[in-house]
Amino acid sequence: MTAAINSIPAHPPPAAIVLEDLTRVFGERIALDEVSLTVEAGTTLVVFGPNGAGKSTLLRILATLLRPQLGTARVLGHELPREGWALRGKVGLLTHEPLLYRDLSVRENLRFHARLHGVAAGRIDEVLAATKLTDRAGDPIRALSRGLAQRAAVCRAILHDPPLLLLDEPRANLDPASVELVEPLIGRASGRTRVITSHDPRGGLAEADVALGLRGGRVELLRDAREVTVEDVGALYG
Amino acid sequence: MRSTVAAILRKDLRLELRTFEAIPSMTLFSLTTFVLFHFGLNETSVEGDLAAGVLWVTLLFAAILGLNRLFVAEEEQGGFDGFLLAPVDRTAMFVAKATGLFLFLALVELVAVPAFTILLLGPSPWAILPELILVLALGNAGIAVVGTLVAGIAVRTRARDLIGPLITLPLLVPVILAASQATAPLLAEGGAQALPGRWVAVLGIYDLIFGLVAYGVFDFLLED
Repeated sequence: MTAAINSIPAHPPPAAIVLEDLTRVFGERIALDEVSLTVEAGTTLVVFGPNGAGKSTLLRILATLLRPQLGTARVLGHELPREGWALRGKVGLLTHEPLLYRDLSVRENLRFHARLHGVAAGRIDEVLAATKLTDRAGDPIRALSRGLAQRAAVCRAILHDPPLLLLDEPRANLDPASVELVEPLIGRASGRTRVITSHDPRGGLAEADVALGLRGGRVELLRDAREVTVEDVGALYG
Repeated sequence: MRSTVAAILRKDLRLELRTFEAIPSMTLFSLTTFVLFHFGLNETSVEGDLAAGVLWVTLLFAAILGLNRLFVAEEEQGGFDGFLLAPVDRTAMFVAKATGLFLFLALVELVAVPAFTILLLGPSPWAILPELILVLALGNAGIAVVGTLVAGIAVRTRARDLIGPLITLPLLVPVILAASQATAPLLAEGGAQALPGRWVAVLGIYDLIFGLVAYGVFDFLLED
């Protein structure tokens, strides 16, 4: 442990995400209001907040699906929205919707995304095996339960081995066994930088390095997760 | 770009084979309309300008049915988001969708044009088939290019089923005009006349201009 502390490199790696006064407005509604934060590479930021707090908007901006209107956003060294093209392909996004075509099979969906990302076909079998979906790979998405569809969505999100994962309540539809199954892929063990939204204070804090609390688009809480209590998070929902 | 277009096109054709949402409805619409014209015009056969007009207006409205479905899976099933996350040229989406619509129209015409010949057309079209195929191809290209561009705009609005046709139909007036004018001499009473090069050129130029415009702006349509 001491050796690790003493061996701090002269030039630490650049932060994975740097936001300064990031603002996004939809019509008259301010979805994100001057959000500033830094996420170091390989660490996990967990975002808490009630519905409409701006969590999903934050994820969509980081994924280049929405443009920031004011402030600056630098993700994996790329300034958004100017260098968004360079960031695409380095992000894995998991949302409430699986982003898979309902009438195509799991394998057909993954093959389509593999082609878009220039990923070898062999990788599809790897991710299917890792999520224990090999036997259901020929089933259309519409025939799968929500939990199985979520596992297929995990396959899609990590198919191209992205260094940054953006996870919107990733375990919402998963049973405990499935949660354990996807842990090496999207959990801390994956070694990826992660931004996770959560409504579960205890579970969220357990895997967070940094906790962010949003309410009405404004930052109400931003601290090292070890300094945040379940009550602190609960206060966001009051 | 080419592999991305191929991937999207393959996916769309596979989805159509699974769901049969576009081609059967477009084909059935065409056949029904020809039957209605058969009785509505109270004539056993049509030729010349009238035949060309009936053919192209029917094909145009059939195409509108396909246009309304063109981006629905992308919008409703997260296809846009999945595509926008990939490191690919976004214009590939336009090229693939326009090519797909062109193919759908060609497949519909494989049934609709013979049916039109049997139900309505007076003169036999077989002698002028190559010229007719050329005009059909140019007309399809115009409908596919303009239709795909407008469908890409309309799909993100609430009233997409209304807004799509409302914008598409006026923009396609030059295509219908040129295609009908180019087709009419081929279907003339008493034997086909020469293909009017002027109208074929108008069709080609319109396709080219709108193709370039759509190619240039489609990327921005996908932006938030």
